[in-house]
Amino acid sequence: MLEIKNLHVKLEEEDKQILKGVNLTVEPGRVHAIMGPNGSGKSTLSYVLAGRDGYEVTEGSATLDGKDLLEMEPEERAAAGIFLAFQYPVEIPGVGNMTFLRTAVNAQRKARGQKELSAADFLKLVREKAKTLKIDADMLKRPVNVGFSGGEKKRNEILQMAMLEPRMCILDETDSGLDVDAMKLVAEGVNALRSPDRGFLVITHYQRLLDHIQPDVVHIMADGRIVKTGGPELALEVEHNGYADILAEVQ
Amino acid sequence: MALDERKMTATEARLAAMQVPEVGCTKEAREAALERVRRMGLPGRRDEYWKYTRPDSLVQVAAPRAAVFDAGEEPMFSAFDRLRVVFVDGVFSPELSDDLSLEGVQIDRLEDICCTNDHWAEDLYGVLEARGQSPVERPLAALNTAYAGDGVAIRVTGRVSKPINLTYVHKSEQSDVLLHHVIRVEPGAEATILENGPAAARFNKCMEIDIADGGRLHLVRAQGRDHERRAYTSLFARLGAKATFKSFTLTVNGVLTRNEAVVEFTGGDAVAHVAGACAGDGNFHHDDTVFITHDAVGCESRQVFKKVLRNGATGVFQGKILVKEGAQKTDGYQISQSLLLDEDSQFFAKPELEIYADDVACSHGSTSGAIDEEALFYLRSRGVPAAEAQDLLTLAFIAEAVDEIEDKAIAEDILGRVQGWLARRR
Ligand SMILES: Nc1ncnc2c1ncn2[C@@H]1O[C@H](COP(=O)(O)OP(=O)(O)O)[C@@H](O)[C@H]1O
Ligand SMILES: [Mg+2]
Repeated sequence: MLEIKNLHVKLEEEDKQILKGVNLTVEPGRVHAIMGPNGSGKSTLSYVLAGRDGYEVTEGSATLDGKDLLEMEPEERAAAGIFLAFQYPVEIPGVGNMTFLRTAVNAQRKARGQKELSAADFLKLVREKAKTLKIDADMLKRPVNVGFSGGEKKRNEILQMAMLEPRMCILDETDSGLDVDAMKLVAEGVNALRSPDRGFLVITHYQRLLDHIQPDVVHIMADGRIVKTGGPELALEVEHNGYADILAEVQ
Repeated sequence: MALDERKMTATEARLAAMQVPEVGCTKEAREAALERVRRMGLPGRRDEYWKYTRPDSLVQVAAPRAAVFDAGEEPMFSAFDRLRVVFVDGVFSPELSDDLSLEGVQIDRLEDICCTNDHWAEDLYGVLEARGQSPVERPLAALNTAYAGDGVAIRVTGRVSKPINLTYVHKSEQSDVLLHHVIRVEPGAEATILENGPAAARFNKCMEIDIADGGRLHLVRAQGRDHERRAYTSLFARLGAKATFKSFTLTVNGVLTRNEAVVEFTGGDAVAHVAGACAGDGNFHHDDTVFITHDAVGCESRQVFKKVLRNGATGVFQGKILVKEGAQKTDGYQISQSLLLDEDSQFFAKPELEIYADDVACSHGSTSGAIDEEALFYLRSRGVPAAEAQDLLTLAFIAEAVDEIEDKAIAEDILGRVQGWLARRR
């Protein structure tokens, strides 16, 4: 489904190579985790897949169901099924969360040639999904992420994901800044979306999220490359021994 | 100080081309105003107060032509039950207007202010304008008092059940119009006045508003969408104790607009909010000039102005809060912001505070910025197309000023219109 081949990325503004040949394939129905020390390029990979400005792909490719992602605008990627849960969700003063969600859902439906949701249907859907994530009416009314706590922002990301039902979910450190209860809520939200035709790429610095979202495959990223790939046991190894051992071993 | 020759020549040339009309019993006020114009001279390019806005086309003898624009949509505010008072190229139209009788308000044309009937408006016409000439001169407002051809006198005596809607229809490409309204809100009375329409190729409008103790006036205006029209508007408001005045102005299009608002607090614990939002594309120059004088204890003034500019459009904000000696517990707030959608557009801001009392809370801020790229990407990553995402952010920016309108139905109507216009311009 998601195929990343030999992806090399540098910053547009400066001569700094960040990704140095990433290879990764996520199959439908599978959960891949990427772990790695800070600064190894995890967020950069997720941004490049989502289409953020400021990066230049110097080599390699990234496709979703065979379609070249790198040629698409961010909104086209979203319509194709890419969803990125941001490490740092953006605050948008003046735009109500509800308006934001409705605009997004309907824009994607339109792009896929589906009818827009009626106001009533949308409301029903949003209330139902919000409830399971313990997002109250007030949070839906407030401007997008403005004044939200760290945990609220992350739950709001998962709500968007649940509303948009993407094919390929990329979660960038969705666990950071969450207490145990919030983490459980988020994990439940993610697990509820697991399905045979949906893929996940879960980026995390720590193993603890992976206790709740069981990965099928774990990758270790360091210095812009995936240096080791294994099963869930690899995450436990990181948990016990830290990154130093693995990095020493691959070097 | 004697006028410099250039200014005098320009002023006399303009005056020579005009005729003081005999409208109602305003003769003395008009003569006095004419004298003021002669003494001050019409604004020139070198005037400090006109540093960012060229007054030439407002001053010159002939009004530049302005095509009439058919927006192909329902007139503004038509969703609301309202009393319509319609002017076509500056002339009151009884056919297009509603019957002017409405409980709690008395509406007369200026020509009905007869010397024989001791009309209340006689004591107001030109009075607040004259007061507002100091400390900063506003000669175009005095010109208006002297030459205004039409207008209404509105006296609010109770709680008026529906808004009074002054509509200014622009029909002639060459219309050069001066309208003057006087409004008096009696103690404890309350009304909403809506204004809409481009009015003329060149429009000079003056509104004098006297709000007695405990009176409340809401003013919401939309200046029409004709691209080529020019407008100079002045508003002089005087507030008694515990009075409230709230004004919001929406400006979309128009090659030149200068809106001056002069507000004076004369009684304690009064509130005045002056807000505006404009969106300009290309040949568009918009100037908000505000002067608020706190001359009473415990009053609150608030200025909120938002400008969205692109393709070389220009925005100007000059806002001053003057707190006189003894005006303790003044709460003065002022914010002016521009959203520049490209690098060709410009925003000039001159915020000023002058304070002679020690127990006051005054603040001002001014910002100028581009669209928030992070927010734009966030929206796009959720599937919202770039243009739509930009509109959403633009609307959110404007909404903070529109929010100043107390009547939420009207505020929503305005936001809905703006959203439609933005979408159509893409
Ligand atoms: N926009 C940027 N400007 C400068 N440096 C950047 C930028 N984006 C990423 N980097 C650098 O690239 C490297 C990888 O960053 P990032 O992808 O955020 O790593 P991770 O998410 O794994 O912590 C770091 O050295 C970071 O400082
Ligand atoms: Mg990161």
